[in-house]
Parts: sequence; C-alpha cells; structure tokens
Amino acid sequence: MRSIINYLKEIFGAVAALFKGMRVTGYYFFHPKEIVTQQYPENRATLTMFDRFKGEVIMPHNENNEHKCTACGICEMNCPNGSIEIISEMKVNEEGKKKKVLSKHIYHLGMCTFCNLCVKTCPSNALAMGQDFEHAVFDRSKLNKVLNKPGSVLMKGTE
Amino acid sequence: MEFNIYDLTSFTSSFDQLLMENLSPFWAVAIEMILIGVAILAFYAVVGLYLVYAERKVCAFMQCRVGPNRVGPYGFFQTIADLIKLLMKELIPIKNADKLLFNIAPYIVIIASFMAIAAIPFAKGLHAIDFNIGIFYIMAVSSLGVIGILIAGWSSNNKYSLIGAMRSGAQIVSYELSVGLSLITIVILSGSLQLSTIVEGQRDGWFLFTGHIPALIAFLVFLVAATAETNRGPFDLAEAESELTAGFHTEYSGIKFAFFFLAEYMNMFIVASIAVTMFLGGWMPFHVGGWEAFNNIMDYIPPFFWYAGKTAFIIWVMMWFKWTFPRLRIDQLLTLEWKYLLPINLVNIIIMAFVVLMGWHF
Ligand code: SF4
Ligand code: SF4
Repeated sequence: MRSIINYLKEIFGAVAALFKGMRVTGYYFFHPKEIVTQQYPENRATLTMFDRFKGEVIMPHNENNEHKCTACGICEMNCPNGSIEIISEMKVNEEGKKKKVLSKHIYHLGMCTFCNLCVKTCPSNALAMGQDFEHAVFDRSKLNKVLNKPGSVLMKGTE
Repeated sequence: MEFNIYDLTSFTSSFDQLLMENLSPFWAVAIEMILIGVAILAFYAVVGLYLVYAERKVCAFMQCRVGPNRVGPYGFFQTIADLIKLLMKELIPIKNADKLLFNIAPYIVIIASFMAIAAIPFAKGLHAIDFNIGIFYIMAVSSLGVIGILIAGWSSNNKYSLIGAMRSGAQIVSYELSVGLSLITIVILSGSLQLSTIVEGQRDGWFLFTGHIPALIAFLVFLVAATAETNRGPFDLAEAESELTAGFHTEYSGIKFAFFFLAEYMNMFIVASIAVTMFLGGWMPFHVGGWEAFNNIMDYIPPFFWYAGKTAFIIWVMMWFKWTFPRLRIDQLLTLEWKYLLPINLVNIIIMAFVVLMGWHF
C-alpha cells in the first residue's frame, strides 16, 4: 500500500516539477519584453557596450597627451600570441640619467585573443581594454596599430 | 461545381463525378491519385518548412531571443533560404558505407510520414482515403519511419550513428505501446477505428471532455509518448547533439539531411493531427451538447480553421516541452515508459472500459 502511495506521489511530484519549468518558459514566450538580444546594425547609434566588454587593447592618454607606459616590455613578454612589440630608445633625461623611453608600442590586433593578460600585468596600468568592436578592414596591415599617440610623452611621476 | 467551405464533400464528389463521366474509371482514379499526391506533396513541403521556422521562433522567444529576423520581414523566408542552401550543398560519399542502404534510408523515413498524411481528415470532405481502420493504418505506417533511422545508422559505418539508431529503435519499440494503448482508450469510447466516424462522434463535445478523467489521462500519456515517438526533445536521444554529434544522420549532408530534418517536423505534425483528431474533435467545431445557439455560432468558423488551429496548438505544446525539459538518459527513458506510462495506461483502459460500460460518459 505504502509503495503505491509513494508511486503516485512520485508521479504527481514529477508532473508538478515539470509544470514549474514550463511556467518559466511559457512566461518568457508571452512576454516579448524579456528579450535581451541587441538588434545590432539598427541600434548602432545608441548601442553602448558594457564595461567588461573586451574589444581591443588601448593605451589611455590624458589631456596633455601623456601616457603611462615606461617601455618595460612586460606586456610584450606576457602576451601569449606575440601581438605586442615594444620599440624603445635610450634617452638622457634632465637629471642626466639614462632612461628607456617608449618610441612605439605596436599592437597587432589581428593576432590578439583579448585575453587581457597585457592589461593585468602592466606594472604601471598603462593599458586598458576598449569597447570598440567594429574592426573589419580590407587590408591586414591596417590591423597593426601604434598605441601611443604621436608626440606623446611619459606622464610625470610614472616610473 | 459548388464550393462550400463548410462542407467540401459536395465539391469533391462532384469533381469525382465530372471525371467519371468523361473518362474511363481507371483514368479517373489515376488522375485523382496524381492530383492528391501533388497536393499532399506541396502541402508537405510548405508545412515542413514553416514548422522549422515556427520552431526556431518559438524556441527563441522561450530563451529570451529574437530568432531568425533577417531574411524577409520577421525572417519569414529564412527556412526557404536554408532549403536553397541545402539543395546546393555537395552530397558527401562515405567511404565503406553501404551505398544502397545509405541512399535509401532518407526516402524510407520520408515516405513513412508521407503515407500517414493521406489518412488524416483535414476538414469535412477534405480527406484523401477514409479507411475503416484509419487510426490503425496511421499507427502502422508512421512507425515504419524507425526502419529508415535504423538503416541510416547501420549503413553510415560510424559508431555514433549506430548508437543513435539503436537508441531510437529501443525508444520507438517501447513508446509505440503507450501511443497505441492511449489511442485504444479513445477507440473504446468512440467504438470505431474509422477516422471520419471518430470525428463525427465528437459532434456533441470533444472526447477529451466527454470521456472525462480517463480521456484526460490518455491525452497526457499520448502527448508524452508522441513526443518520444517523433524523436524530439526531451527524448531526442537518437540525435543527442552533445554526445553523438548528430546521431543517426551524422554522415548525411545536403538534401538527404534535409529529408531527415523535414521528416522529423512532419512527424510532429502527424502526431499533433492524430492528437487533435482523437481527443480534440479533429475539424469539429467546439460544441457543447444541447446548447444549440452556442453550437451554431461555433459553426461559423470553417472546419479547416478549427483543425489548423488545434493542430498548431498541440505543436506549440510539443515545442514548449522541447525547449523546457532537459534530455533524459536512455535508462530513465525506458523507466518512464515501462514503469510509469505503461501501467498507468493499462489501468486507464480498464477505467475507460468501465466508464463506457456504465454509460458515465456524456
Ligand atoms: S590581450 Fe592578450 S593577446 Fe591581446 S595583446 Fe594583450 S596579452 Fe596579447
Ligand atoms: S604597456 Fe605596461 S607592461 Fe607594456 S611596456 Fe608599457 S609599461 Fe610595460
């Protein structure tokens, strides 16, 4: 007798559990407001990507055209795909000390997997992830970018 | 030749007479068969394509997505574009496959579902063949499809395909029982195997309502078993994308793959039609025995729309199942059938027989 009751209980429990799931999907079906898909080309003007989206590696500059890169080369060593090349030169600063100065931070967007390692490991927080994702070009060489802007210098107080 | 949308019998019979008067009976029958064949073929293709579209839209909405929306307004021509793509794709020959069986399999699957359509009553008078054992014929024919699946799995010379096909075999052999028994429950109530009589018997209320509890249980069991019979989720073990790549049709490409795909959707349409015919009155409008005025209002909607609407609803419910429930394991699948559905069904038949004997149904 007991086992029969358990058997029936099991059936009704299962049906109730299944119905619970169906209520969720049924609710979504009748509430198109819940749709989360972004209709991309149509909403291009208003589209804002969320903060953590990794579109490309950028080097933020301040209003005086200064960046924070000390040309240490750590990002170049940490990049698993070899998509970063640091070209630096030795310069004598005003105190008379010889210092490495960044001349070109070359970033190959075409080889980057957006793993974020370069941003994470940069000791002076010179890199960041940008939110731009429309990278299609007709020529591969256009994907090789120089991240430091022309004429930019190292921000004061960054070592 | 008069055309009455509420009763097509006069239209079809006058057409038949016209042919019979002008031609010898052999040619008249031959022309009728060809016309019906072409009509069903066109119907098959259109319904199949648009069921695929409907499924993609329904599943998208249930998952908070938009679904196909680029080809035509609301993506309406998406599946047609897909079909053109599939038609142009290369048919990849498989090394060491059994060529003959490999090529025959998709046709077996599609012919099985094609034959079942012939016996479905779409509206009053819109019914290709009205066998006196209609429901029995449909069940017999629609279960032939599994032979195609088994052949496809066997001849592909691929272990995934074979596992998928074996699972499908085990599944259909067991769930065929539940489908049959739940339909027998209704046959007891209606007292006939002929589909036109079954539909006619629901003039004063659909069997789902007149047969009360046993009919309701039979309906639920039929829905579950029919979903399993069509190899659809949550019972899609034969394809099981995550374990078997694509199951029995892994090795098929191009239009042969499309045949399997189309047949799956048409099978869904067929089982939905059976459910509608047996439980929800087929093309019969919603009638309540004794309410003359109400019944007359309901009669204003043409029978074909009643049939199409009810079928669409059942198909939607089956899609709802597919996109809600996780897939069962093969042992869970067999447990569900042999330990739950079958005993419930057997008890249900006895209850139904008792109800009919005592005259407790409406
Ligand atoms: S994100 Fe990763 S792959 Fe891209 S440049 Fe940085 S370290 Fe290299
Ligand atoms: S970006 Fe950062 S890690 Fe890379 S060279 Fe410049 S300071 Fe070093």
